[in-house]
Amino acid sequence: MEQLLVYGIILGSIIALGAIGLSLTYGILNFPNFAHGDMMALGAYLALFLHAGLHWPLTLAAAGAIVLTGVIAIGIDRAIYRRLRRTGPVSLLIASVGVALVVRYGIQLIWGPQTEVYIQGIQLPYRFDWLGGIRIKPSQIGILITAGLLVVAVHLLLTRTRLGKAMRALADNPELARVSGIPTERVIAWTWALGSGLAAAGGILLGIETFLRPPMGWNVLLPIVAAVILGGIGSAHGAMLGGMIIGVSQELSTAFLPTEYKPLIAFALLVAILIARPSGLAGVPAAGRGRV
Amino acid sequence: MNAWEGIVSYAIFFLINAGIYAVFTLGLNVQWGYTGLFNVGIAGFSMIGAYTSALLTTPASDRHLGGLGLPIPFGIAGAALAAGLLALLIGWITLRLRDDYLAIATLGIAEVLRLVIKNEGWFGGGVQGISDIPRPLQGLFDAHYNAIFLIVLLGLIALLYWAVEQAIRSPWGRVLRAIREDEIATAAAGKDTVRFRMEALVFGACLMGIGGALYAHFIGYLSPDAFEPMNATFLVWAMLIVGGSGNNRGALLGALVVWAIWSLTEFFTDFLPAAIGTQAAAVRIVLIGLLLIIMLIWRPQGLLGEERQVSRWVAERLQRDRAHEG
Repeated sequence: MEQLLVYGIILGSIIALGAIGLSLTYGILNFPNFAHGDMMALGAYLALFLHAGLHWPLTLAAAGAIVLTGVIAIGIDRAIYRRLRRTGPVSLLIASVGVALVVRYGIQLIWGPQTEVYIQGIQLPYRFDWLGGIRIKPSQIGILITAGLLVVAVHLLLTRTRLGKAMRALADNPELARVSGIPTERVIAWTWALGSGLAAAGGILLGIETFLRPPMGWNVLLPIVAAVILGGIGSAHGAMLGGMIIGVSQELSTAFLPTEYKPLIAFALLVAILIARPSGLAGVPAAGRGRV
Repeated sequence: MNAWEGIVSYAIFFLINAGIYAVFTLGLNVQWGYTGLFNVGIAGFSMIGAYTSALLTTPASDRHLGGLGLPIPFGIAGAALAAGLLALLIGWITLRLRDDYLAIATLGIAEVLRLVIKNEGWFGGGVQGISDIPRPLQGLFDAHYNAIFLIVLLGLIALLYWAVEQAIRSPWGRVLRAIREDEIATAAAGKDTVRFRMEALVFGACLMGIGGALYAHFIGYLSPDAFEPMNATFLVWAMLIVGGSGNNRGALLGALVVWAIWSLTEFFTDFLPAAIGTQAAAVRIVLIGLLLIIMLIWRPQGLLGEERQVSRWVAERLQRDRAHEG
């Protein structure tokens, strides 16, 4: 059980990284970006290219991939989403389905459908006797530290900088933010860069923990969306909490359910939260349903 | 078989596939085109329809549940009912919430259903699937079976098209379009908008269930892999967006055009060596994704665009007045 908890925290921190980015763009642009999972996969594959193709060290390759994914996300926004912003959020949602298909199968086209890994070979796990004998691989410690640092950095960015405050203001109430003189388009661009950069980081960590395959991001989209709604749309802190809850429950469920049913747990939690508290754990209960 | 016969039999096969997709597209048009309900779980509704009809009509078997051996029309009715009930459940959870929660819930239910049917072998044979599904009028026509199937299918599509048109042109249909345009105003006019949206969701889902059943009875074999989101959900969305949402003829045209693109590209990728064949399959999906995006940006109303519809009573009256003036 302790061992499953450790796996849950690792998975939870990866989901949380994906969920923070999705929650920010969801809150600001008012649509769930169905391509978010595939941006995670894109980040993972870009890191693979820089690491295995150009022989950069993995940390540098990861940083490069995060920046590249952010830039690509701004490009997609300029080319597609910005043109549709006036026609309403549901056009954005359909467009994001199109983007998701293009990105996922674009990856398959470039890198092929086979499984890839960053580092070949088997790592020997450390055993922590003072923690009930749990075993953690060195790479998993790296994942936890990286995710922890990124989450703290996002927290500081959102709470201590003007840009972060503008993002939160825009996510919270776009009209009010606009009339208070926040440069909306610039903040939106930065939000895409930040959200997709975090997604790339999550994708790279997922690739380190498991392996790389073109549908890897699409497969974690449902848990990530569940985490976002659990935490309350637009709330980065809620997304972190939601990600952790989803990750830990998915792993703990394997104690009494077949592992194939992990996504079912995310969906069950999602349905439960929709019935009990649709505004999420951190969100303020909204008055009735609003149009998207 | 000479070349001419080959072309005809391929054309029939092509039209049957496009026709089954047309049933899904009509269903999505009721939900999205007329009511603005964002369903991304078409795969789930068609899957539940396909499996329900299969379990009702197959001969008894110990490899899956059911096996009641009922006639196919009962299977199709059961499919519509099962898909409608699923929609009722999802609608009950999500329709009083934000619009996009329906999208997320339908996407989730489709994935979960596929997962469950894949892993619970006792229900629908698991990954092995169900293979003894009867085909309508089987045994009566051996030589030109697909042609007969196509005729039956076209009759059914005409019936469904007529039913949707009647519903959409009725007062009920006008309330749906009013909800799509401005839900708050419609509610203020005294309409129970949640109930109307629920009815549209269930109606559309019934059509998708029927489409799934038709697929099962045409192919004669079902497995969870047939209901991957790409084939069973996103292609249907591309069809409706291309054809023109809010227009039933657009829905039919979109099914035909997008299925033609989908089949033509497959035709080309089949010529490529197997080594790059899987890569080429990816190109097809990238193309569909791009088509979707390009249509949204350049021609959001689709090929046909929405028809301007007024009530038949008003239309007749207008015509009479015009004749009077002339």
